[in-house]
This record gives sequence, structure tokens and C-alpha cells, in this order.
Amino acid sequence: MGLRVNDLKVYYQTLRGEVKALDGVTFAVGDGEILGLAGESGCGKTTLGKSLIRMDGRMRHTGGTVELDGAELPIGDDRRMNRFRFSEVSIIPQYAMSAMNPTRKIGKMVADLLESRGLRYRNLAGELERRLDLVELPREVLGSYPLELSGGMKQRMVMVISTLLDPSLLIADEITSALDVSTQKAVARTLVGFRDRGFVRSVIFITHDISLTYQIADTIMVMYAGKVAEKARADVIVNAPRHPYTKLLISSLPEVGVRYADRKLAGIPGSPPSLLDPPTGCRFRDRCPLAHDKCAEEPPAVEVEPDHFVACWKA
Amino acid sequence: MLKLDAVAKIYKVGAFGGRTLTAVDDVGFEIRSGEVVSLIGESGSGKSTVGRMVLGLTAVTRGSITYDGADIATLPRKAYYRSVQGVFQDPFSCYNPVFKADRVFRMIKEEYFPRVAAPEWDAKIEESLDDVRLNPAQVLGKYPHQLSGGQLQRLLIARALLLDIKFLVADEITSMLDASTRIDVLNLLADLKSRGLGVLFVTHDLSLGNYVSERTVVMHRGHVVEMGLTDKVFTDPRHPYTAKLLSSVPQLTTKWDDTPAVPLDILDYGAAALVEVEPGHLVRQEQSLRSVN
Repeated sequence: MGLRVNDLKVYYQTLRGEVKALDGVTFAVGDGEILGLAGESGCGKTTLGKSLIRMDGRMRHTGGTVELDGAELPIGDDRRMNRFRFSEVSIIPQYAMSAMNPTRKIGKMVADLLESRGLRYRNLAGELERRLDLVELPREVLGSYPLELSGGMKQRMVMVISTLLDPSLLIADEITSALDVSTQKAVARTLVGFRDRGFVRSVIFITHDISLTYQIADTIMVMYAGKVAEKARADVIVNAPRHPYTKLLISSLPEVGVRYADRKLAGIPGSPPSLLDPPTGCRFRDRCPLAHDKCAEEPPAVEVEPDHFVACWKA
Repeated sequence: MLKLDAVAKIYKVGAFGGRTLTAVDDVGFEIRSGEVVSLIGESGSGKSTVGRMVLGLTAVTRGSITYDGADIATLPRKAYYRSVQGVFQDPFSCYNPVFKADRVFRMIKEEYFPRVAAPEWDAKIEESLDDVRLNPAQVLGKYPHQLSGGQLQRLLIARALLLDIKFLVADEITSMLDASTRIDVLNLLADLKSRGLGVLFVTHDLSLGNYVSERTVVMHRGHVVEMGLTDKVFTDPRHPYTAKLLSSVPQLTTKWDDTPAVPLDILDYGAAALVEVEPGHLVRQEQSLRSVN
């Protein structure tokens, strides 16, 4: 069944007005699918991840619906949402370093957490240890403080805790951006392993690094200024993108396996629009080399090929 | 020419400084004018410490850093900073939020060029903004929060250029920038290089190092493990650590699943020496203490 998000709108209340961080986002994530959510800062990718699990005080659910496995997720209602958190929807936070209670031993902290959900630590201890073995963490970590673990170990520990109750949807927000390249690879592959073993059913993997998403995601969704620009299979996004933003973004990435003797890459001139008062029509219009009159109207997301959605008049 | 010769940094740690921690050991390489050298390493490799020592922000414990033959520890600070400047990772915290961003230019004038006439100075500012491809009308008179990260970072480079510097230490300057603007800053470095600036490009991101630099120095746990021409190091890595790093970088051309994993043994760099495997390509030959896979 998976996740269905329909025309989701989430605005931030600020003193200067509403910031339209998510403005009509529609997509679905299937069972066993890893959706890579890519985009630059301010495109709404973190807002989307947060809305699906817990909105902070400034966020308002202004419109649209979210369905998980056929049942509606009450994302705008902090209390009713509580029933789904951890067991149905779970998150691996970006900063694993600060995600664990520094004053409790890790095992104790997990016990507290389970108790708060009305579960017994004893009943789950065996599964917990089995999963620690799987991510190659010694069982002794349960008796140590978070301080005693390295960054990669902490990130893996948090991953095990987040997925302990086999949630249907897992949100991984920039989980590797604070890690070194070799650790990043291990953590990213662990996430794929969790999916393969059925610890989680669907994953939304949020990152700014398209090359990393390409390594592990089945589908990539590129966002720009609060809207979905393009969504397709990972290899289609990388090898045959249709949206001009995706094209420019991918062509601006330097690569390790390529020689750049005299060849220069180009960036995208300009900067994203303010979401306080976003322009009408296509939001990429000002920076787009293909922009024409039609772009003053908002482009609908069109399925140009099966499972390849593009929001551009020229695609 | 900037030259590092067997540079080491040893910190005293513990309650009374009883123990020592060797952050950097036996690092030696040189940067010539018109050349970008990338210094690549993971966290804790000592790459930033090397950058800070070159800038004189941290004292060298052993070995020496020389600029055109003179030890930088003996050079007058102010004169040295006329030639060598640094730009760091976070452009947002480099500015005083209550001052207009271009006040950094006025501070340079007061400190280094008190006798330059105002019109001449304005022309100089315009020239250096032009060098970093910023439109003066868009950045002068603005507060830091009104400018983007890329603009702030370029403003800092323009500030360094006002001093007619010969060398720039760029420590992770693009890691807080978005992909679409990051490449512009890298191209800017390439431009400045072609006009004779030497750059020490400190980064953890191998793809960026591969893009901008002629020569690459790879550090691991305080030691240089491999250095040589960027082409050589990236296409034919001779040290297992370099090979491991390269195999871990996510790429758009190959998938991790299609490349074999590179095992890395636990290495002891203690007394190992750098050996020249081909002209200009040096690799540390150490003993493997223990095999892991």
C-alpha cells in the first residue's frame, strides 16, 4: 500500500507572513521502495520529512492529505499523530550525535523509550541484540553512554532504535552528511539492508547529494522551491532527466571518475525565489534557460512516461 | 613558493598536559604560484590543522613552513598576511551581523592601506569584486543576512584579493554551499589560479579536489599517505587508503554494487617512509598491523 501524499500544503507562520515551504506536493511511495528526496537548501525537502512525523510549532497543515497503508495520517494533529510515531512512521534524525540522551546508558534509554509506548524491553531485547549484530555493533554498546561511541557507531545505533518496531515508513533526513565518505557508504548500505530484510517497508531518504541518492534509491524526487520538479526511477533521473532544473543540477556535479583537463562545469545562475511571496507560474522560471511566455502559468506534473513525472511545459 | 618541510603538530592533552597527541606528523609538500593543491582527508586526518599552521594560526611543533625561503614563524605577521590569506567553511559566521557585509573591505583599508585615497580604493574594491564575479550594486551596502552563502563566500575571497595575495588557503569553502552555486566558486578558484594565485584547497570531498587541483595530497591520521599529480592519484591510487576512499565516493557513473569493496587493514604509520613510486608520485609504505575486511 505504502504512502500516498496528495496536494500537501504546509506553511510556516512567521511575523512577515506565511512561508509556503510545501505548496501542493503529490507523490506516492510503494512498499519496499526507497524514495530519494533531493534538492537544494530551502526547497522544502526537510519540511516534507518533518510534516510526515511531527510538525514543529510554526508549521501549519494548510491543505492536502497523507495516507499510510490506506489509513489517513492526521499529520496536523500532534496528539493523534502520537499513536503512529515510532511504530508506523519513524525518523532517523540528522544529528545522531545529539539524538540520544547523553546522561543515560543506551540500553536504559531504549527501555525508557519502549516503556513510553507500553512495551516491555525484555520482550524486545533479543531482537535488539540480533539487529546490533547485523549492523556490526558489539552488544556492549547497550551498557555504554552515547559519548563513548564514534560518529558512525552512533548513527548506526540510532538507526537500529528508530526501526526497532518495524515501522511502515522511515524518514532518513541527511543521515550521512556529518559522516566521512567511508562511513557514509557503510551507513547508506545498512539502510538498504534494513529495507531488504523488511525492518522498514518504505523509506524516504532526504539528501542534498544526488550522487549518494543514486547509489541507494529506487526512485528520485527532485524538489524546487516547495514543489516537485521531477520524479522518476533513479537511473532515469540521472541519465535522462527531462526538467531543466534537474538537467542543470546534474550537469553541475563534479565527479571523481572524470578528468576535467580544460572542461568547465557551469552552475545555475541566480537563486531560488522567496517562499514568503512566491512567483506565480513555474518557480524556476527566472533561472531557466528555456523559459517562455507559457511559464507564467503553473506547469502541471505530467506523467511523460510510466512513472516519470515532470512539472515543466517544455518537457 | 610555500613549502612545508616535515611539519608536525603535537598537542599536550590530559589534565596537566601529561600526555601528547600527535595531530600531524611528517607532512611535507610545496605549493607553487598558479597551482591548486588539494589536501584531502577525513575528519581527524589533520588536514585543517595543516591549513591553520600555514596561516600561522597554530604554531608548528616540529619542522618548518617557509614562504619564499623565509620561515613564516620569523616573518612579521602583517607582511605575511599581505601574501597569504585564508577563507573558511562557514561564510555565515564570518561576518558581524550588525555591520554591513562590505565593512570587511573598510577594515582592510584601515589596517593595511590607510594612505590610499578613497576613489582609488573604491576602484580597487570594484576590481576585486569583478574578479570574483560579484555585481557591486548587489552586494555593497547589504547586511550579511541579505546575501546568499555563495555571495558571502565570494565576498570573503574578494577581501583576500584586495591584499594582492599570492596564496590562498581555502578550507572546505564550498561545503556549506548548494550544488548549483558550489561549482561557481570552484571555477573562480581556477580563474584566480590561471592569474598566478597558489591555492591550498583543503577538502573532504574527493570529487571537488579532482575538479580543481593539479596536485593532490591525501592525509590519514596525521600522515601524508599519498601525493602526486591529481590525475595519477585518482586514476591509479597506490595506497590502500586512497583506494578505499575512492571506492566509497558516491558517483553518478558507477554504482557501489558494481565496484568491489576495498578492504583496509589497520595501518601503523609510525616509522614508515614516503617512497617515490614514479616521478612526483609518493606513497607511504607502512606495515599492515592487522587484516580486516
